[in-house]
Amino acid sequence: MTEQVIVNGIYSGVQYALIALGLTLIFALMNVLNFAHGQMYVLGAFVTYYVYGVLGLPFWLALVATALTLGIVGVLFEKFLFRPVLRRSSREESSMLLAAGTALLLESLILIVFGEKHRGVPSVVSGVIKIGDAYLPMGRLLVIVLSAILIGGFILFMQYTKPGRALRALAQDREAAQLQGVDVGTYSMIGFAMGAMLAGMAGAMLVAISGVNSGLGTWISIKAFIMVMIGGAGVVSGAIVGGLILGMIESIGYQMLPGGETYLFIFIGLIIFLAIRPHGLMGKPWG
Amino acid sequence: MMKTTTSKLAVLGIALVVVLVILPLIFSGKLYYMGVLTTAMALSIAAAGVWLTFYIGRINIGQGAFALIGGYACAILIMKAEMSFWIAMPLAGVFSAIIGVLIGYPILRLRGVYFAMITLSLTETARLSAQSLSSLTGGAKGIINIPLPGALEIFGFTLIPDFSTIDSHLAFYYLAAVLLIATYAAMYRLVNSRIGWLFRSLQQNEDLASSIGVNIAMLRVIAFAISSFLAGIGGAFFVAVQQSVYPNTFQVQDSVYFMLYCFLGGLGYVFGPIVGTFVLFLSFEGLQGLNEYQPLVYSVLMIALMLWLPNGLLSLGEGRRDKAARSAASAKDANVADSDAKAKG
Repeated sequence: MTEQVIVNGIYSGVQYALIALGLTLIFALMNVLNFAHGQMYVLGAFVTYYVYGVLGLPFWLALVATALTLGIVGVLFEKFLFRPVLRRSSREESSMLLAAGTALLLESLILIVFGEKHRGVPSVVSGVIKIGDAYLPMGRLLVIVLSAILIGGFILFMQYTKPGRALRALAQDREAAQLQGVDVGTYSMIGFAMGAMLAGMAGAMLVAISGVNSGLGTWISIKAFIMVMIGGAGVVSGAIVGGLILGMIESIGYQMLPGGETYLFIFIGLIIFLAIRPHGLMGKPWG
Repeated sequence: MMKTTTSKLAVLGIALVVVLVILPLIFSGKLYYMGVLTTAMALSIAAAGVWLTFYIGRINIGQGAFALIGGYACAILIMKAEMSFWIAMPLAGVFSAIIGVLIGYPILRLRGVYFAMITLSLTETARLSAQSLSSLTGGAKGIINIPLPGALEIFGFTLIPDFSTIDSHLAFYYLAAVLLIATYAAMYRLVNSRIGWLFRSLQQNEDLASSIGVNIAMLRVIAFAISSFLAGIGGAFFVAVQQSVYPNTFQVQDSVYFMLYCFLGGLGYVFGPIVGTFVLFLSFEGLQGLNEYQPLVYSVLMIALMLWLPNGLLSLGEGRRDKAARSAASAKDANVADSDAKAKG
């Protein structure tokens, strides 16, 4: 029983960490709260549904197609929407409403293009393994492994490559990074695209487990916000810790409270937590 | 000075005549349009609250939650406690305000994106609570068949007749109009009072305001309580018109729309939310057959607004020279804000 809860918690937690990572990256680079993050996740899931489920191409190809699509969406959003607005006004309200607008736009486009039906695809791998008393389907194990690889790859990229260093410099101090010769425009675009890709990859992996529908986005965004609030906005370690914590709490909650009360309690707990630590576990004060 | 006061009064007078006499005369037979106008008015009331939280420098995406709380409070008081609508509606507003104080006190310490994120989650939490507390709220089935407002009598004298005995659409229209006028008169008074100045000081620099002795924690909670009260009243009224309430009556999208109404009208203007709500809501109703594309049209509009008209519709009315001065000032503001951000980072 307990083992099953832990396994479920890790399974959701790793995925969640992947979602929160993208959100926090965009926030750290541009000080923009990407409301459309959940919708990007849903878009990623639908791309995989089409490439893998409908066209019948291999799963890895679907993942590549998802990453490309979301990368393009990220570049377009940054270049044509956020950059002009941020250039003119540094008020948080402006980028916030713009972000909310992009979320609504993406959601309605997804609804128009893909319809409101719940879609699933055949599972990628079959079989179940047993860990202690807990059962873990191979499909879920694949999600855990792929997510861990992506998160690890992301951290290595940020720490040890030149573009990764430029992105970190940008997150730390935009102006100083520019003075050191970092091409701020290009790297903002790369960062936004990477954030969007991470969201899309999480969605692509989920569609093979529990399917997707066009109304899922807002709920995913809210979960991502909760994770970022737990861990602290704009910090990579915070996003990972926040994701794992939420996954674990959710798994325990669903075990103990079969009704819909879990998130009610999570939310009340979150308010109390934020009253004590307004900037999360690892965040800097006021981002 | 005298002249501006007279012209302001004239505008006010014309607006009142249009709202109270001309619009009802034009649309009295057309139930659909009466309903649309009434809904727009109810939404403007809740939007005024969002505007006030913007005014103290917080981005409130939780108005849907408080409207839902008010709506449920009103419905439960009428159906379970068998109260009259005329008592239930103000109580619903007060109840929302109390919840607003309880939640607001801890979360108003948060700023910027943190406050926006938590209020957004609040909207979803309210919906989930309504769904799971089914003994009180009826769960996903909601509360239906709420009776129309009864007669309001004081000492045997009928102040307002029973809505079921008269044209209820017209009655709701007038009720909404009275509430709307009262709300915005109060808002106008509030913003132009001492407390309005204090609110503005919060928007500009909380730390500075605090250091010269302004009780910022108290003021923030007051503003948020007023905002929640207005959401509660708006929600209760909306539920009374619909005669039903469901967990989905107000959801995240509505919270975002409230924000959009404020922006469209212009955050710098008290009457911005009314203008924003009416322009958006009515122009939309004009485009018949586009209903299923409402979110698409709204979102494109939102993005276009941020790209080309960031100060809202009311900023169009200002003179050219005025506008130039304003943009110069805001450019300066932006620079200051930029260097602030740098100093913090």
